[in-house]
Amino acid sequence: MAAKIDPATPATPPPQELLRLYRSMLLIRRFEEKAGQLYGMGLINGFCHLYIGQEAVVTGMQAMAEPADSCITSYRDHGHMLACGLDPKGVMAELTGRADGYSRGKGGSMHMFSREHRFYGGHGIVGAQVPLGIGLGFAHQYRGDGGVAHIYLGDGAVNQGQVYESFNMAALWKLPVVFVIENNLYAMGTASARHAAGDELCARGAAYGIPGERIDGMNVLSVRSAAARALAYARAGAGPFILEMMTYRFRGHSMSDPAKYRSKEEVSEMRDHHDPIDRLRQTLTDRGVIDEAGLKEIDRTIKACVAAAAEFAQASPEPAASELWTDVLTEA
Amino acid sequence: MPIEILMPALSPTMREGRLARWLKAEGDAIKSGDALAEIETDKATMELESVEDGILGRILVPAETDGVPVNTPLALLLLEGESPPAAAQTQTPTTANPPPPVIPTAPSPPAPTARAAPTATHRQTVRDALRDAMAEEMRRDPDVFLIGEEVGQYQGAYKISQGLLDEFGPKRIIDTPITEMGFTGLACGAAFSGLKPIVEFMTFNFSLQAIDHILNSAAKTRYMSGGQLSCPIVFRGPNGAAARVGAQHSQDFSSWYAHCPGLKVVAPWSAADAKGLLKSAIRDPDPVVVLENELLYGQTFDVPDDPDFVIPFGQAEIVRPGSHVTLVAWSRMVQVALDAAQILKAEGIEAEVINLRSLRPLDIGTLVASVQKTNRIVTVEEGWPVAGIAAEIAAQIVEQAFDWLDAPPTRVCGADVPLPYAATLERLALPQPDTVAAAARAVCYRHNDGGAA
Ligand SMILES: Cc1ncc(C[n+]2csc(CCOP(=O)(O)OP(=O)(O)O)c2C)c(N)n1
Ligand SMILES: [Mg+2]
Repeated sequence: MAAKIDPATPATPPPQELLRLYRSMLLIRRFEEKAGQLYGMGLINGFCHLYIGQEAVVTGMQAMAEPADSCITSYRDHGHMLACGLDPKGVMAELTGRADGYSRGKGGSMHMFSREHRFYGGHGIVGAQVPLGIGLGFAHQYRGDGGVAHIYLGDGAVNQGQVYESFNMAALWKLPVVFVIENNLYAMGTASARHAAGDELCARGAAYGIPGERIDGMNVLSVRSAAARALAYARAGAGPFILEMMTYRFRGHSMSDPAKYRSKEEVSEMRDHHDPIDRLRQTLTDRGVIDEAGLKEIDRTIKACVAAAAEFAQASPEPAASELWTDVLTEA
Repeated sequence: MPIEILMPALSPTMREGRLARWLKAEGDAIKSGDALAEIETDKATMELESVEDGILGRILVPAETDGVPVNTPLALLLLEGESPPAAAQTQTPTTANPPPPVIPTAPSPPAPTARAAPTATHRQTVRDALRDAMAEEMRRDPDVFLIGEEVGQYQGAYKISQGLLDEFGPKRIIDTPITEMGFTGLACGAAFSGLKPIVEFMTFNFSLQAIDHILNSAAKTRYMSGGQLSCPIVFRGPNGAAARVGAQHSQDFSSWYAHCPGLKVVAPWSAADAKGLLKSAIRDPDPVVVLENELLYGQTFDVPDDPDFVIPFGQAEIVRPGSHVTLVAWSRMVQVALDAAQILKAEGIEAEVINLRSLRPLDIGTLVASVQKTNRIVTVEEGWPVAGIAAEIAAQIVEQAFDWLDAPPTRVCGADVPLPYAATLERLALPQPDTVAAAARAVCYRHNDGGAA
């Protein structure tokens, strides 16, 4: 059932949609660069996992999401939050651990949520989001609200046992979920060939009858088309779908990364020739959707938005000491 | 305005680093993402990347500079059309901005200890002591192997297994997929058949994925098999809060594992503890949980040279003798207790600080003897108070030393909440020297206790 990369030439969306995709990816890129800078300055601490290089995946998926859909992912979550429509200011303020952050400073980079946007985290334990995600799908089915749960997991997470328990239940009960495997080829410092038996992760659901496709995750238009197919399948009640997005992170696993497990040449090759943002920019100019000046203007707007988020995140106060004791349980 | 390229913080615990070499020269054109320099920390060598396009203006910190604090300007990046400022001066690390406030508190040097001077010793970090313990035991016993995530090619997520793959090869230093439940079960099965696995959890938080095997397979099988099958296995890794890594990555499992019959549980503080306890654990015929601490890995202590130096389980150590109040702690909290003892000393209170080292079995004898001298006991526990080790100590002291107590046994514990990320809240959530000192003062009733005042 698993297929090779890009079974169909992706449909080309109208110019306005192309520009929207471009802005969304660029916002994630600039946001993450800023987060990296703030980390270096000691304003963000602990673990911080940047999404730079993988922007096309969540952007293409969200392009096809319906308002009823829900989303859940791992600790590499900043991009998902921005793509789900969360305010960059609130996300950045959570990264700096301040009162105006989405979790009021109590969660940090890896643990952020927004009920309003049906974004269910932000999970630090590799693989844990997968059964939680089918729980979101279960609730969509239970309520009959037409929503689909988008469940993101890494190539490393795919080896956790609870993923297979989830595949089985999701297929058995035809839960409306799409598993999006972000295969960036490495789980921390372990290349996928050293951690995963068999070479197609999209085939890991085959025994449960879950269809899977391997997609060029560096091409937002391919992702968008695949998202349309998978989400339609799940939404129609046919059950879960697996999309394996072939992608790449341009930065280290977290801020602390010895960078010894992959060659510099490999990283530059991906950065220089497979950058998802460069690629869409090329499409935009080739098709005459926008000119240089227009691109510069977009860049300026997004830089300003990110700068404002960074300022907000530094100006926001530390949470009050009394916050230590709140939110442990429901307060009366 | 040229952009200052600052010494970045590259990990949750980094305060300073070494500027190993420059990968670009003054005048080079720089693209965002280009590697500018190589930075070394105690954990890794990393590249400093540019976040802007421009030209490398002036280099302010030369290659091969040690101890450059985080946030020191390293170089200037000139943007389109800028020229380097005329009077830029080479900055030395000492004139740099102070690093941002660090939480939890940086440890002060260990106070003088009362341990019997061992024969010959050498200075070593906890990290290296743990590695040496494993290497020595692996040389001694071919049935010992190490298994876990990133223990081999990556040299350990926290560099504890550095060099072991080179020496012992992939048969004995085994990189696993991220499958804690699976590889822990595998290791227990191998142990049933007589091999001696060391299971590294990248952090103990992830042992929760595998806790069923630690309890139901490792801890209970000897009993359930009427003594036929034993499980000679070590579970080790960093435990407890590190620095700002949030609730899911900051949990103290001391009381979780110490609760269970069939397990032995130790929690080293110093490098000597780390080496001696880990070696005992590897030689032990039963399952042993070794709770390490990431914030201690880079700290240096004296370690005996003797390759057969081991620390038997169930023996606490008096690290600072005193007569007015007993402070009991383990792992990183030993330093917190020692720092509290310094504060108290200035007020005329001499605290006896006991490093528990072993949580199960618990050396209640040493605690009782200390209470017979001081008549007061405060236990410092990083973890939550409810059903904790400190609660167990209080119960046993009341049972065994009731008549010697002049004050109720007291606990200073981590706040009864999941650990928050925000800097100020994190500090409030964890025991600090001043909170320990306050608890000690309270049990000393200074105003009506001539002995301690
Ligand atoms: C259960 C568990 N084990 C180990 C870790 C430590 N860890 C964090 S991320 C990671 C690698 C995950 O790789 P992958 O799933 O490919 O996701 P990516 O980081 O590439 O996005 C590991 C081992 C963890 N957080 N949780
Ligand atoms: Mg990965």
